[in-house]
Amino acid sequence: MKLRKTRLLIAGFVFLLAPTIFFSLTPALDVPPLRGRINDYAGLIPADRARALEERLARFEAETGHQIAVLTVPSLKGDSLEDFGIRVAESWKIGKKGFDNGAILLIARDDRKLRIEVGYGLEGVMPDAIASRIIREVITPLFRSGDYAGGIEAGIDAILKVTKGETLPERARPAPGPPASQGGSLITILMITAMLALFIGMTRRKLFGGAVGGAASGLVTSLFASGGLGFVLLPALIVGALLGAIGAALGTGSAGNQWVGRSRSRRGDWGGGVFPGGFGGGGFGGGGGDGGFSGGGGGFGGGGASGSW
Amino acid sequence: MRKIARGRNYFLLTGLAAFFISGCGYNQLQGLDEQVKAAWAEVQNQYQRRADLIPNLVSTVKGAAQFEQQTLQQVIEARAQATSIKLDAQALSDPATFKKFEQAQQNLSGALSRLMLVVERYPDLKANQNFRDLQAQLEGTENRIAVARKRYVESVAEYNKGIRFFPTNLTAKYLLGLKERETFSADEGAAKPPQVKF
Repeated sequence: MKLRKTRLLIAGFVFLLAPTIFFSLTPALDVPPLRGRINDYAGLIPADRARALEERLARFEAETGHQIAVLTVPSLKGDSLEDFGIRVAESWKIGKKGFDNGAILLIARDDRKLRIEVGYGLEGVMPDAIASRIIREVITPLFRSGDYAGGIEAGIDAILKVTKGETLPERARPAPGPPASQGGSLITILMITAMLALFIGMTRRKLFGGAVGGAASGLVTSLFASGGLGFVLLPALIVGALLGAIGAALGTGSAGNQWVGRSRSRRGDWGGGVFPGGFGGGGFGGGGGDGGFSGGGGGFGGGGASGSW
Repeated sequence: MRKIARGRNYFLLTGLAAFFISGCGYNQLQGLDEQVKAAWAEVQNQYQRRADLIPNLVSTVKGAAQFEQQTLQQVIEARAQATSIKLDAQALSDPATFKKFEQAQQNLSGALSRLMLVVERYPDLKANQNFRDLQAQLEGTENRIAVARKRYVESVAEYNKGIRFFPTNLTAKYLLGLKERETFSADEGAAKPPQVKF
């Protein structure tokens, strides 16, 4: 009996999840996991040369701080190279956070297409035109003659040469939107008001008294705040009055100091824990390669160039 | 017994405070609003970057070949039109203005891809290093525009959810006065070069 129920449950789950799994797999090519600096999923580079490249890129990172990675895939499976490229970049996060000094050389073997994805921080030394020249003049001639490993090595050579000049703490990326300072101070004031009003309200017997007390606390907090009486006052008064009244309702009958005195609860059973404790954030995607290499949080905005051979 | 009642009292109080402070989504909405603004600024940046490339492109094309005037003229006009429409983040809730902006930028995309198609008939121009660099920059910029648009669409989707869902919709409406924002239609056909018959 129990077994049957469990089976039913599992069947139900499968039934519910099946469409999600189906839809999440079909439309776009999945970003392969980051295995190291050289991710040769298409098998274009012989193992010893891949190792040498891997070491070179590691040394380069030690010297300059820039992270360069290579990805080869057998096929794009109908996906667009640029779409796939930016998804790889967003998921791998090559480059250091805040400096965005990463670049990815991406090769789709059967589509005969390649792309250099350039992080924000390297766009200065490797603008699209330079990335395009590396593709057209360095890599594709070798690819056309069938020398994939040689083309990749030469391309990496060129990328390293170009990006070497960029020294790290040179560029301050424009901050994506200033923090809402006014909103921040408002929420702080409201929070303090709410707390104060609740406490004051709970010492009052009448709802009205609580509301007045709460409103007063709103006035006081907004007076104390740097912004003064401006636009902070009204919300503070409202929140104060409301919370004060609630405090009074909750604390009814506990004349004077209810913190030590007795508290006669008159309200009905509200039940606890109905209120959500705020909104949970999404989980943080872990990940990262197993070879001790992982992206440092570098940002990409679609810079770079594409080509074909 | 009394103790339990009091304990519940405090529990409820804390719950209430938490609800009013974070449950209303005030901070969350503010954050989403900022994200939309930042994403929009990036969209505009990239469109501006494209517009800035065009004078250089036009003069290179003109200098390198006896190029047909009509195609060039269309690009110049579409650029003038596109740069004349500025849309700041405040106006993002207005469908009509948004549509006008989008239309103007798409006209420019169309004119540019026609130009690039016509260029195919000019081998000298295609071999010109200066032109090739400009072409690479233009392609890169178009790709940046696509990325910026995608990120804008994502941020607006999050933001509009906050505007519509309970209980944050109350905060948005009565406390912050935030409105739903317009987003790009998934009209990807506009990104593809139009067919030109020779």
